[in-house]
Amino acid sequence: MALVLTEEQRLLRDSAHDFLADNAPVESLRKLRDERNALGYDPEVWQNMAELGWASIILPEQYGGLDFGFTGLGLIMEETGRTLLASPIFASAVVGASTLLLGGSDEQKETMLPAIASGKLTLALALEETHHHRPTHIATTATYSDGKYLISGQKTLVLDGHSADKIIVVARTSGDEKSTEGISLFLVDRSASGVSVQRTTMVDSRNAANITLDAVSVNSDALVGELNEGWQILDPVLDRGRVALAAEMMGLSLEAFDRTIAYLKQREQFGALIGSFQALQHRAAQMQADIELCRSVILQALFSVDEAPEQLPLLASLAKAKLNELSKLTTNEAVQMHGGIGVTDELEIGFFLKRGRVAMQIFGDTGFHKNRYATLCGY
Amino acid sequence: MNAPVRRESLQDLEQFRSEARQWLEENCPQSQRQPMTPEEQYYGGRNAEFPSEDAKLWFERMRDQGWIGPEWPTQYGGGDLTAQHSKIIKEEMRAIRARTPIYGLGIWMLGPALLEFGNEAQKQQHIRAIIDGKARWAQGYSEPGSGSDLASLQCRAEDKGDHFLVNGSKIWTTAADKCDWIFCLVRTDPDAKKQEGISFLLIDMEDPGISTTPIGLISGESEFCQTFFDNVKVPKENLVGELNKGWSVAKELLVHERKLMSEIGSDSPREVIVPNAAAREYLDFEHGKIADSQLRSDLVDYDMNMHAIGLTHFRTFEEKIAGVRSAAPMVMKYVGTEAEVTKSELLLAIMGSQGLGWEGDGFSKSEIDTLRLWAMSKIMTIAGGTSEIQLNVIAKNVLQLPQS
Repeated sequence: MALVLTEEQRLLRDSAHDFLADNAPVESLRKLRDERNALGYDPEVWQNMAELGWASIILPEQYGGLDFGFTGLGLIMEETGRTLLASPIFASAVVGASTLLLGGSDEQKETMLPAIASGKLTLALALEETHHHRPTHIATTATYSDGKYLISGQKTLVLDGHSADKIIVVARTSGDEKSTEGISLFLVDRSASGVSVQRTTMVDSRNAANITLDAVSVNSDALVGELNEGWQILDPVLDRGRVALAAEMMGLSLEAFDRTIAYLKQREQFGALIGSFQALQHRAAQMQADIELCRSVILQALFSVDEAPEQLPLLASLAKAKLNELSKLTTNEAVQMHGGIGVTDELEIGFFLKRGRVAMQIFGDTGFHKNRYATLCGY
Repeated sequence: MNAPVRRESLQDLEQFRSEARQWLEENCPQSQRQPMTPEEQYYGGRNAEFPSEDAKLWFERMRDQGWIGPEWPTQYGGGDLTAQHSKIIKEEMRAIRARTPIYGLGIWMLGPALLEFGNEAQKQQHIRAIIDGKARWAQGYSEPGSGSDLASLQCRAEDKGDHFLVNGSKIWTTAADKCDWIFCLVRTDPDAKKQEGISFLLIDMEDPGISTTPIGLISGESEFCQTFFDNVKVPKENLVGELNKGWSVAKELLVHERKLMSEIGSDSPREVIVPNAAAREYLDFEHGKIADSQLRSDLVDYDMNMHAIGLTHFRTFEEKIAGVRSAAPMVMKYVGTEAEVTKSELLLAIMGSQGLGWEGDGFSKSEIDTLRLWAMSKIMTIAGGTSEIQLNVIAKNVLQLPQS
């Protein structure tokens, strides 16, 4: 059954919930923000997460993985969404690990996946070059000369770009600027000569960077997958990322919603609990209806990664578009229904609102995914 | 409804699927594998005639197989199968486009309620008659003064010793002029709090004192009636459940009605146009995309929503089998009927002026049907509890928000 959790999955979710409540509540993100933490996440929490197997949850046992499947990952992501956890799990354990799993050579997998699993190695994907998600618009070039590739270009919104050990750079090795043909993926050390990293401070207090590559030299063994065929890896990797991110957004939406419902049951105006007012009840009930639909979409999308990959492109776009909309609605309503206190920095609701906006942009906004869904449906 | 759910092994279910497929292949006449017109839908009843010999044959074979009520006990003519088996039968019927052999509120609503609340004699008499196609049922819930506020109903049933004496009227009684029986909510204790003085009665439409008047609708159809009761004598044995406890029966029935309405788009007997197909017929494409960006955007919103609803139906089914409770069933009437209304509006927008034909030349039959269905679709978010009532129910029962 794809749409009902197993006992094992429920236990995983509950233990993730408890761990995060104890070790990384929303307060932790506030603290990282307020002290302008250089790393942007708590390395001790990340190490504990790796010890719990979360960094290796989708990896096969041969690489030190937990092999718990994408549904298990989705449950963890959802819980990290509830506490707005800043950690390398998305960039490294989902996107980075999936890139190597789907495209890496045996040697790349054997050397790097166990290190990702243990939390010792972190990766980041340098894809975007403009302020909208356009995964085939790649102007960054990699040119071959004397047994080496020289990579030059500018990347933006590189999640964990300032902290990851290695950067997976999406570069063009042939073809037109917007073509899916001629894209190649390279592993570049962040400390390599010619790599300059500008950490950005974004509204969600999480980590993203602008990266400039100036004739960065890498050996040909830095190539992930076939030359010019990088899209064959990147496309499913992005879909996996979209589904995992949608699961995180489910968590942040649910938490914002739950806190709002609790507030409706406690705040009094006009001598009555405001939750008794029909104007608010109907809006809350509509959100509940949206949540139920999104829940089914997320579960099926997670399931399809492992069990029905032919459905993944359509479901990934459905999931990302639906969860973009749900996050926007639930966080906006959370602020509105909390009233004046909702716009104060003291209340944590603002953190959900802000993370929602960044997550909505990563790997495709609503318009991008509606367009992709329509195209996949043949219109 | 609350009985433990039986689970079958995957192997047994696959075996059943192959047997069901073979049985349907051998027993469903070719003529019963085509889309049907509304006139060809068979509802049964004392005076009903089958639309064709094949329709009769198909109905009788399904009845004898126990598949008219696959999940009902064999002692009343059912198939004694699980929800999983029942779903397989539906899927296999759909695969060969087999027609639903009989429709009606008896199968959809009254049967399941009688199985839970009826006494042995009532089950023997009425469930058997429903399965045999001998009784067509109407529903007597709403009254002219009691729509959304259903519990304020006034239709009176006075205890006269050996019978109830019923006076009042019911509205939106579907096809009451063609029905043999009506299940009614009646007020048996006018002094009690409103939900507590209501009883659930089964009334024979041939009883003296009953009359019906059809109601013309904006779709041009008049499938609903107002039904009047003037000193109608109803035997005491026609009371279902306890006296003054009819509201709990009614609520259970409403669950069935809402579930049915939430699924209505997926199981229509008519050959209906879906928006995706209509777009190909009525809209211009440029470079493989619908040229009108607003309609393209509306269509993808609709398709994505229906995709999500379809997955949620599937989830509620899996949850039922697994014995897991969730809030999903509580929202399905609201999201399903709102989607149907959206779909009808989208179809009109896609068809442009060609979708506005009421009757006669210049329009195809399917264009006129689409327009008529658009008018009918407005009922969806009203009947069975309006969308606003559904939201009230979600706010109260799921979110447990305080009541004013």
